[in-house]
Amino acid sequence: MAEAASRRLVLEVRGVRKTYGERVITEVLKGIDLELFAGDFCALTGPSGSGKTTLLNLIGLLDWPTSGQILIDGRETGPLTDQERTDLRGTALGFVFQFHHLLPAFSAIENVMMPLLARHGSPKPWIRERAAALLDEVGLSHRSHYRSTDLSGGEQQRVAIARALVVDPILVLADEPTGNLDTETSAYVMELLHAFNTRSGTSFLLVTHEPDIAEGCRRVVHMIDGCVDSDRVVANKTGG
Amino acid sequence: MPFELFVALRYLKDQGSQTGLILAGIGVGVGVIIFLSALITGLQESIIERTLGSQAHVIVRPPEETPRLLPAGPGELRSVVVERPPQRVRSIEGWRQISSQLERIPGVTGVATTVTGPAIAVRGLGSIAISVRGIELERYQTIVDVESRLVEGRFDLAGARAVVGTELARKLGIGVGGRIRVQAAGDRGVVYTVSGIFDYNSVTLNESLVFVSLRGAQTLFGLSGGVSALELTGSDIFEAEALAELIRDRTGLDAQSWMSQNGDLLTGLRSQSMSSIMIQVFVILAVALGIASVLAVSVVQKAREIGILRATGTRAGTVTRIFLIEGAILGAIGSLIGIALGTFLALFFASMARNPDGSATFPIALTGALYGRSVAVAMLVGLVSAVIPARDAARMDPATAIRNG
Repeated sequence: MAEAASRRLVLEVRGVRKTYGERVITEVLKGIDLELFAGDFCALTGPSGSGKTTLLNLIGLLDWPTSGQILIDGRETGPLTDQERTDLRGTALGFVFQFHHLLPAFSAIENVMMPLLARHGSPKPWIRERAAALLDEVGLSHRSHYRSTDLSGGEQQRVAIARALVVDPILVLADEPTGNLDTETSAYVMELLHAFNTRSGTSFLLVTHEPDIAEGCRRVVHMIDGCVDSDRVVANKTGG
Repeated sequence: MPFELFVALRYLKDQGSQTGLILAGIGVGVGVIIFLSALITGLQESIIERTLGSQAHVIVRPPEETPRLLPAGPGELRSVVVERPPQRVRSIEGWRQISSQLERIPGVTGVATTVTGPAIAVRGLGSIAISVRGIELERYQTIVDVESRLVEGRFDLAGARAVVGTELARKLGIGVGGRIRVQAAGDRGVVYTVSGIFDYNSVTLNESLVFVSLRGAQTLFGLSGGVSALELTGSDIFEAEALAELIRDRTGLDAQSWMSQNGDLLTGLRSQSMSSIMIQVFVILAVALGIASVLAVSVVQKAREIGILRATGTRAGTVTRIFLIEGAILGAIGSLIGIALGTFLALFFASMARNPDGSATFPIALTGALYGRSVAVAMLVGLVSAVIPARDAARMDPATAIRNG
């Protein structure tokens, strides 16, 4: 971790708590501290109900913590307005969901373009070129005009990865990205994610239940009952 | 193409039959509005044309003659019985000045001087009570298009020539070139040669109205250089009563609008307009509820997609605009369908019933203004109907929408 001091801190989670309910209060996160540096490839593991997805939603600015601070690229997100949070999501973060969550009314390339279209207002040639290049990188240039519903599960997830990367984010949040895929496709998707991580230096935080996937990451944060139980570097996966 | 429009169009296309059904609903609604408006406006215009096609909007006459009592002497007490004098054809004092004064009133589009009075038309042993109207054809033509009513001969009033109605010609057995004697009060009579015959589509007018020259009528009624009425038209026929009141106030003369003389007609027209407006309001309400319900369902169906859009950086305001645009597009396209449907219905209905002369029994008024208004109303209704669904969409919590949508 000595080299971490020289690297850019892209995410800081400081004492984040999250409770639900008014009469019966359920504390899902009980004071989480977590730091992620540029280029990190970190798995977030833990049993169901340990608070992984809740933490991912808070880091993804899709939900508000009950207390504590979340800093993205050094920027405190607590005081931000809804619009500022949306803009930050659209520029600094990328999302990959378990069920891909592509927009079925749009083609693969339009799905990839969507975050940039939302930000820049109208389709510009460079947006289409960037989306096409990313589709090419995930091996789907020949399917760019297919509706998402006409793609296989693995292909849909590759489109979702391209969509997450199109804004050139500093951090990609992936919630069980291989949870719905067969072993072979899972391995291919993970390869893609690692390749992007290595090439662009984009940080990845992956929620996963699968030990193999977690062990393939350089760092594994394990959660139990809303707390970080362990935070370890995986042997032979250091660096980068 | 702006992002919001791009997404809205795609969603509408993607919803297929749902979009088709609501477009059909809007189309039928707008079609009914156009059909009803065209029919009722056409009927009203036809009724007004028939009524006002033969008369001025406002007629200004001298005030009625009233008896004047001599003042009683000091200490004198008199018992009098006041009898109203018979009304005779009289001239408006200072009519030239008043006429130019009327022409300057904003909204007045034409002023004509006339001498109108009662008389009897005699031919041989036949006689009919008539109303003689002395006019200067060129000026009178600016307020009532009399020449277009001519069915025979020419509208020539020079010298002792007259133009009579079809009924009078029939009853007195005369044609163009025939002669009638017109006898007025005070034993004044003139023999006129009929130069033309008109048809006002009114038995009463065709029987009783006789046009002569202004000078001829002045001679007949002993009004040398005078006129008995100033007849005028305004730009808005429904402002005629206000115009008449203004003229009464300014001149002290007796000004009567067509509205005060056709009270029943006016009530009928207003009732017709009100019922038409009521039907249109309820149709618009039904259309609005239809659009709102389709969009509300669409928001629920697309909850997860809205969540994804929000998660990937689409602002809440952008989501609002997507659904507002959907509403406006539905209104616009629906109104175009409605225009086609309404126009077809109106033309079909008009072609179904025809008068013996070939004109439509139910005249229709399909105007650019009606179409423009329909499109504008439908788009506005679409926008307004989309407000609540759009607001709900924008308020969605992205995480919940993605999880539960």
